[in-house]
Amino acid sequence: MSNASANLVALSTIVRREIVRILRIWTQTLIPPAITMTLYFVIFGKLIGSRIGSIEHGYTYMQYLAPGLVMMSIIMNSYGNISSSFFGAKFSRAVEEMLVSPMPNWVILTGYVAGAVARGLSVGALVLGIALFFTSLHVAHPLITFASVLLGSVIFSLAGFVNAVYAKKFDDIALVPTFILTPLTYLGGVFYSVKMLSEPWQAISRINPILYMVNAFRYGVLGISDVNVGVAFAVMLFFVLALGAFGLQLLKRGVGLRS
Amino acid sequence: MSSIPALVVDNLRKTYGNGVEALKGVSLTVQPGDFFALLGPNGAGKSTLIGILSSLVNSSGGDAQVFGISVNKQRSEAMRLIGLVPQEINFNQFEKPFDICVNEAGFYGIPRRIAMERAEKYLKELRLWDKAQHQARMLSGGMKRRLMIARAMMNEPKLLILDEPTAGVDIEIRRSMWQFVSGINAAGTTVILTTHYLEEAEQLCRNIAIIDHGTIVENTTMKRLLSKLDVETFVFDVAGVPGELPALPGVALRRVDEHTLEAEMARTHDLNSLFAALTAHGITVTSMRNKTNRLEELFVRLVEHGRQEPGRNGQEQAA
Repeated sequence: MSNASANLVALSTIVRREIVRILRIWTQTLIPPAITMTLYFVIFGKLIGSRIGSIEHGYTYMQYLAPGLVMMSIIMNSYGNISSSFFGAKFSRAVEEMLVSPMPNWVILTGYVAGAVARGLSVGALVLGIALFFTSLHVAHPLITFASVLLGSVIFSLAGFVNAVYAKKFDDIALVPTFILTPLTYLGGVFYSVKMLSEPWQAISRINPILYMVNAFRYGVLGISDVNVGVAFAVMLFFVLALGAFGLQLLKRGVGLRS
Repeated sequence: MSSIPALVVDNLRKTYGNGVEALKGVSLTVQPGDFFALLGPNGAGKSTLIGILSSLVNSSGGDAQVFGISVNKQRSEAMRLIGLVPQEINFNQFEKPFDICVNEAGFYGIPRRIAMERAEKYLKELRLWDKAQHQARMLSGGMKRRLMIARAMMNEPKLLILDEPTAGVDIEIRRSMWQFVSGINAAGTTVILTTHYLEEAEQLCRNIAIIDHGTIVENTTMKRLLSKLDVETFVFDVAGVPGELPALPGVALRRVDEHTLEAEMARTHDLNSLFAALTAHGITVTSMRNKTNRLEELFVRLVEHGRQEPGRNGQEQAA
C-alpha cells in the first residue's frame, strides 16, 4: 500500500472516530448550543430586537443577528470539540495509539481539525435552521458564505488544538473559552455593528480577529459588512497558516505528548 | 528467516528535562524470531527504552534500528514493524473493543474491511469476542490487558513489545496470554518482554538483558545466565521429620516444620548422596521443588552487586 493511500485511511479513521464521538454524546455536543442560540433569538432577536427596528440597509435586528449567532456557534463548537477531544485523548493516554503509529503529524492534525469542523458546521446548520423559524434569510454570496464558515471553523479548531496540547488539566481547556474566546466573540460584532462605536473603540475592535470572521460571513449572507471582505479573508488565511504551522511544530516537538 | 537483526540498540541515551539520566548508552541486539526478556528493577530504564523504540520518548543520543530501519531517521517505516503493548491502559474506555482494534488498524493505513476481519480474528483468539460491542470500561483488568494485545496485533507486527503485560492479571488469564504470545512467536514474530514475574521470563524467553540504572548489566542467553547460579535451595515435603537431621558435607539442611525440610547446596553437588542420607535417617521424601525461582535469585544478585559496585549509578559524580 502506498504512503498516500495509507495516510488517507488513517485520516478517514480519525475523522470517522471524531464524528462517532460527536454523535455518541449528541446531548453534550449538538443540543446545548441549539438551546442557547434559541434563547438568544427569542430574547435578543424577538423581544428586544422588535423594539430596535431596522439596524442597517433595511435589515431587521433579527436578520442582522442571525449570521453573527451562526458564526459564534461555529467558532465555539469547533474550538470546544477539538480541545476536549484531543485533551481527553491525552488525559486517557489514548493519544499514544496515534503517536506510536506510522501516521505523519499532519494527518493527526488534519483529522482532528476535520472532526472539529464537522461539529462546527453541524451546529452552525442547526442554528441556521432555528434562525429560519424567526426570520427569513437569503444568501447573497454563497461562495463567500461557505468560505468564511469553513475558514472560521478551521481557525478555531487549530486554536483549540493548541490549547489542548498545552493543557495539563481539564480546567486549562475551559480557561481560554471563558476568559478569551467569549469576550472576543461578544465584542466581535455578533450583536452590533462596530460602526455604532465611537473612536477609539471602533479602532480597538478591529484588532479582534473574530470581527473579520463574523463580518465576512454576514457579508456572504446579507451582503453587508463592517470591514473590507478582502481584508477579512486575508486575516483568516493568515491565522489558518500561522496556527496550522504552529500546531504541526508542536506535534513535531512532541510538546505535552512525547517525553 | 531474515538475517537482519530484529532490533539493534546502539549506544542509546536519554536524559530527561529534570536531569535524570534514564539511559546511559544502552546497546543490545535482538535476533529475528527471538523471545527476548528485558528485565530490571523499577526505574531501571526499561520503559524509557521501550518508549524510545515506540517513538513516545525522544532519545538524547544513539539510535535504534528495527529490522535495519532507523527509529530516528525513518520513524514511520520503523513503526509499521512494531506492535506495542504498554504498561498502562491507554485506550479510550468509552469505545468498544471492536472499534478500538479497527481504529488502530486504520492508524496504520490498513483498509477497513481487512481491519474488521483482523479485529474479529484477534478478539476471538484472545477470548474477547463476546465483549467486542461492550464499552471497554466495562471489561475486567485482565480483559483490558488482552485487548491491548489484540490491538497491538492489528498491524501484524514483526516485532511485538510487551511492557509488563501481565501485571495484576490472575494466573489463568496470564497463562492464556502466554499461550497466545508463544504462538505468535512460534509463527515468526520477534517478542520483547518486560515483566516482574521472573518465572515467566525464565519459561518463555531464550535470551535476556538485565538493565539497571540505565545500563545493561547482563546480556546473554537464558541458559547461560542460569548456569551462573552456583547455589540452589531445594524444598522437600517429607512424611515426618525425626529429631536429628543427617549431616552432609556441602549441604546446609534445616527443618522448616514437621513436614518440610530445606537443603541449600552447590549446583554441582549431587542429589543422590542427599537422598541416601535422608533414607538412612528414615525420612521419606514425598515431593521436592526449588525454593525460589532461579532467575529471580540471579536477578537480585546482579542488581544488588551493581548497587554495591563503586563508581556506578552516578556515585562518581556525587563523590
